[in-house]
Amino acid sequence: MNKPLTKNIDPKRGPLNLKDYEKAGGYQGMEKALKEMQPGDVTKVVKDSGLRGRGGAGFPTGVKWGFVPMGDNAPHPKYLICNADEMEPGTYKDRLLMEQDPHLLVESMIVSGYAMQADIGYIFLRAEYAEAEKALRKAIAEVYGKKYLGGNILGTNWSFELYIHTSAGRYICGEETALLNALEGKRAIPRAKPPFPPVVGLFGKPTIVNNVETLCSVPHIVNNGAIWYKDLSKTDDAGTKIYGVSGKVKKPGLWELPMGTTMREIIEEHAGGMQDDVKFRGVIPGGASTDFLVEEHYDLPMDYNEVQKAGSRLGTGTMIILDDQTCPVGMVHSLEKFFARESCGFCTPCRDGLPWVEKILRALEEGEGREDDIATLEMHGKFLGPGNTFCAFAPGAVEPLQSAIKYFRDDFQRHINQKRCPWR
Amino acid sequence: MSIDSETMLSNEEQKEIQHEFEHYETKQAACIEALMIVQKHRGWISDDVVKDIAAFLEMSPDEVDSVASFYNLIFRHPVGRNVIFLCDSVSCWVMGSTAIGEHIKQKLGIDYGQTTEDKRFTLLPIACLGTCDHAPAMMINRDTHRNLTPEKVDTVLEKYK
Repeated sequence: MNKPLTKNIDPKRGPLNLKDYEKAGGYQGMEKALKEMQPGDVTKVVKDSGLRGRGGAGFPTGVKWGFVPMGDNAPHPKYLICNADEMEPGTYKDRLLMEQDPHLLVESMIVSGYAMQADIGYIFLRAEYAEAEKALRKAIAEVYGKKYLGGNILGTNWSFELYIHTSAGRYICGEETALLNALEGKRAIPRAKPPFPPVVGLFGKPTIVNNVETLCSVPHIVNNGAIWYKDLSKTDDAGTKIYGVSGKVKKPGLWELPMGTTMREIIEEHAGGMQDDVKFRGVIPGGASTDFLVEEHYDLPMDYNEVQKAGSRLGTGTMIILDDQTCPVGMVHSLEKFFARESCGFCTPCRDGLPWVEKILRALEEGEGREDDIATLEMHGKFLGPGNTFCAFAPGAVEPLQSAIKYFRDDFQRHINQKRCPWR
Repeated sequence: MSIDSETMLSNEEQKEIQHEFEHYETKQAACIEALMIVQKHRGWISDDVVKDIAAFLEMSPDEVDSVASFYNLIFRHPVGRNVIFLCDSVSCWVMGSTAIGEHIKQKLGIDYGQTTEDKRFTLLPIACLGTCDHAPAMMINRDTHRNLTPEKVDTVLEKYK
């Protein structure tokens, strides 16, 4: 089984119901965890597997779980939250998992909840994913019917409730502490860290927030072990990854592949290569808030370590392609318009800096660029960079901007010199 | 405190909101759900509704409004019977969402943030809808429409009265 996350997925057939999911080997990870393992054993195998957070940050999942207070004196209720607020532009992998195999996520929540001895789980779902919501609600109802959720699951003394919270928009909800505020019914503004959520999270209680794809790996790791999971990968970063390609390629889509598959293989073999009338110029490798990579990186193994060494981040693993018929300045303008609009407005550099960036890029596109604009944009890269803002939103926002100036500086300059967008 | 009986939450709305209370440690945590529930019934959130929800959740109206005004899927102004959310994020932009937007604006005679005179459509931009391999995309109410062309937009809009 080399595609554990997507083995049950067949969009033509639709998601498996509980009976068929179990027939396909489902809920065995849950059985094994609850009947044969102590909670600490589950955390240990996840730690040993090398699973890293698939929401974009790549933090080791088992290490995060290890921060949760355990034992009789631990505060309760403890919470497990699935971050299903997939709003990173260019990213659409969690939608597939939830729409097409909702029971995998439900089982994952049960196994992961058991590991931290959580009392309540929430799936924090973006409202736009109405189909995913329908599939998940149906799966959760089926599972409650079979008593895999609720009191004393499988005869243990552990009880776990699972709810869906449908969000009301705003990208910042994906930031884990902003998500906690949203779940408490407040404005989604990030919280100061420390304290970190595993110790002081939702309603002040220990809370783990994990991405959909991350969680979905857990039952398979429990079932097959840490070494099996590591061996799925082509590199030192463990497991499989759902990669995606959007933009002007022949076959945009999603594919579960070994972690560390090269960019070339993903684009050329799986996405079918570039459309006939366009050429590859660059790529944002993992959602809007990652640095551009270019042709020299075509043979890069797409894992956390290698992409970081190349000056970007794997992020969500869903690439957005820049082709030669598309204006890089216009593309960055689209990105920064998104970030300026989605800034939560709490801290000044982000609230004021991003609209300034957006305005300059719009001026460049409209032929009103000035000679010092590139320098001003570069200055924002520093002012909005790590350490100068309250959360990681603005530093992420300037990643594609800085790298676009680095790789496509001539194109920025041409907008200024010619007083127009050369692509229009 | 007297509440204007015309703007009080309906029994149905109250029941739905109370159901959400069961999922959280505090009543206030159900604020977003409460706003979405009332909006489902009334189309948008008026000042009176803000006050009513605040009373029901034991919050101040200002607190509720701070939430209502933050989330882009909660409407503090009246909207049309159907709301078009056109994705203008990066993958859709690369695949030509700007031209789709122009087509819709021209066809309906409205700009972003506006509603047609017959109240049939409101047009809003929205962040990435997460269907980038089928860009450009839009959502109308809660239905997602993919691989848009001007012709396809025309056909799709016909379905919403």
